Amino acid sequence: MNARLSYALRRLILTVPVLIATSIFVFLLIRLVPGDPVRSMLGIRATPENIATVRSQLGLDHPLPQQYWDWIRGVLHGDLGQDFISHEKITSLLKVSLPITLELTVLAMLLAVGVGVPVGVLVAARTGWARKLSGGFVIGAISIPDFWLGLMLVLLLTSVLNLLPPSGWVSFTEDPVQNIRYMILPVVTLATGQTAYILRTTRAAMLGTLSEPYIAFLRAKGLRERSIVGVHALRNASGPIITVTGIQFGVLLGGAIVIENLFALPGVGRLIVTAISERNYVVVQAGVLTVACLFIVVNLITDIIHGLLDPRVEEAVSA
Amino acid sequence: MSALVEFRDVGVDYARRGGIVSAVQNVSLTLEENETFGLVGESGCGKTTLSMALMGLLPASARVTGQLMFRGEDLFAMSESEHRRLRGDEVSMVFQDPATSLDATFGIGYQVAETVRAHRQVSRRESKARALELLREVGIPAAESRYSDPPHRLSGGMRQRVVMAAALANDPSLLLADEPTTALDVTIQAQVLDLLAALQRKHGTTILLIAHDLGVVAQICDRVGVMYAGQLVEVAPVGELFAAPRHPYTRALLDALPSRGRRGRALRVIGGQVPDLSHPPAGCRFADRCPHRMDVCATVPPLATSGAERQIACWLDPATRATAGLAPLPDSPTPNPAVPVGDPS
Ligand SMILES: Nc1ncnc2c1ncn2[C@@H]1O[C@H](COP(=O)(O)OP(=O)(O)OP(=O)(O)O)[C@@H](O)[C@H]1O
Ligand code: SF4
Ligand SMILES: [Mg+2]
Repeated sequence: MNARLSYALRRLILTVPVLIATSIFVFLLIRLVPGDPVRSMLGIRATPENIATVRSQLGLDHPLPQQYWDWIRGVLHGDLGQDFISHEKITSLLKVSLPITLELTVLAMLLAVGVGVPVGVLVAARTGWARKLSGGFVIGAISIPDFWLGLMLVLLLTSVLNLLPPSGWVSFTEDPVQNIRYMILPVVTLATGQTAYILRTTRAAMLGTLSEPYIAFLRAKGLRERSIVGVHALRNASGPIITVTGIQFGVLLGGAIVIENLFALPGVGRLIVTAISERNYVVVQAGVLTVACLFIVVNLITDIIHGLLDPRVEEAVSA
Repeated sequence: MSALVEFRDVGVDYARRGGIVSAVQNVSLTLEENETFGLVGESGCGKTTLSMALMGLLPASARVTGQLMFRGEDLFAMSESEHRRLRGDEVSMVFQDPATSLDATFGIGYQVAETVRAHRQVSRRESKARALELLREVGIPAAESRYSDPPHRLSGGMRQRVVMAAALANDPSLLLADEPTTALDVTIQAQVLDLLAALQRKHGTTILLIAHDLGVVAQICDRVGVMYAGQLVEVAPVGELFAAPRHPYTRALLDALPSRGRRGRALRVIGGQVPDLSHPPAGCRFADRCPHRMDVCATVPPLATSGAERQIACWLDPATRATAGLAPLPDSPTPNPAVPVGDPS
């Protein structure tokens, strides 16, 4: 257990430089956009005095390192700055939008893992129709763009069958049932492609593991096929499955931006897209940083789970 | 002695793209309770196929013929779930390479204990206690503290001991050991063989030891069977086989042993090649390499019983000829001294 704890700690420390690099990248991204952000923010009729005032309000007249330092010090104190347009604190904007994005992506990931892994395990050992069917689903789900799938689902389930609300959002605390009803379509849309990736990865990893000699020895020990597949093979195949799930979570976050806009969910993705169209750079910067941190945290978690399941991982890191 | 296992004219074919591979043909053999039987033969002669048939673990492409009796029941007629209940309990197996036999993601103790749990209604605590006892018995030092170690923290020899502990967990009456020492260092090999012999004596387990060299077999076996290209060609008690081999292939094998007091002389090499088992020769499969080949060798020589403990399948041998109703050859060789075989290139 001790080795595992220290593995988790080491892995945690490794994220610090990643976080710093990410913050610098996000910071520069906004600064390096061609054109003067303040000018495009204020529009063509802005006077030079106006521009100068706003520049100094935003701290843009300081040298870059100082700007970065001021910004990051605020971030570390939980202050992401102020929305330039609504004058709200960005942290309070995120307080509303982040839970929505988390609900959407976590539910989509749970659905994708909850379907992809068991189905992948089940079809790994099969040939016939089960394999063809799942293969067809994988190809279809990977090739269909999720915004198109979302539109089709909306058409089918809302206009034709009249089962679900097409778009909008109610907070969970206000009305949990309504909240879930609003979430179903975006979650399914977002999860479909992920399910396919996870199913494919699971199937391939299981196929590889099931032909290993130690599986033959497990059979020779008279274990039931259920525990050979479900305990031993799955645990050995979990490395690639977890890694792919972690990486796909990044893809999922990107997809969430599209889906939130498609279904009018006021999440971080919607916040970022709106801010971009309003040239609201401070908000864009904070939103992107939030999403990036989310991705880093998810990858940290998946790596730690991977290390817990496979003792060779923790030793590879300590070596 | 009574029979534990009886191969009755067992054959195994593998279906493959472009035809079938005849991996085992006409094998008849009895394994007695409490004996250590060695099975030798070159790579690809069907040793693993035979043991997998016993385990019920042949791949789906395999087709079996004949009967394989275990305690009077035909294993080939058994359902998969009946066979599973036998595996790891009454019939167990140790594989060749301990580096790949164990699951790297579980502790060694767990992998022994789960064999117990697969066959006995016991609590986790009881199966752990039993696993610890087994690990100690096979000589894992400090078994308690190593119980949760993953396999890669152990040396090859230690891993093979763990594999043996797992295989012996339910005190099987038959243990198949498929080249259990081939992947180990020479010094470790001897230790593992000694352990196998000691466990055999203590528990009275019948052991089928597969090896591709006679040296290993000579150390711990009571009887030996020699296979060539899927056919069982000779069976004899170890001493008799070394003293008076009767099949030309057996003689060639013995000649190739470095330890037979011919220091300074070049080793004899068996000329020619093992036949392609997807197109095996119709009769004796050793015919291409045999210096005594005759016309009759184009039909399969029956595996004949000779005396209480020997079997032989060669048209040179009076026993085989008698089984087929042929008279002994006039110059019927008492097949010593060893005849040089083939062309040593
Ligand atoms: N799954 C399979 N499909 C087709 N042919 C096979 C299969 N398994 C084994 N064979 C063939 O059957 C023959 C016997 O193989 P087997 O593994 O039983 O030999 P072996 O005596 O154990 O050899 P080795 O000493 O190399 O372990 C070989 O010619 C091999 O190529
Ligand atoms: S004499 Fe004939 S039967 Fe005997 S080994 Fe040679 S070829 Fe085979
Ligand atoms: Mg083999």
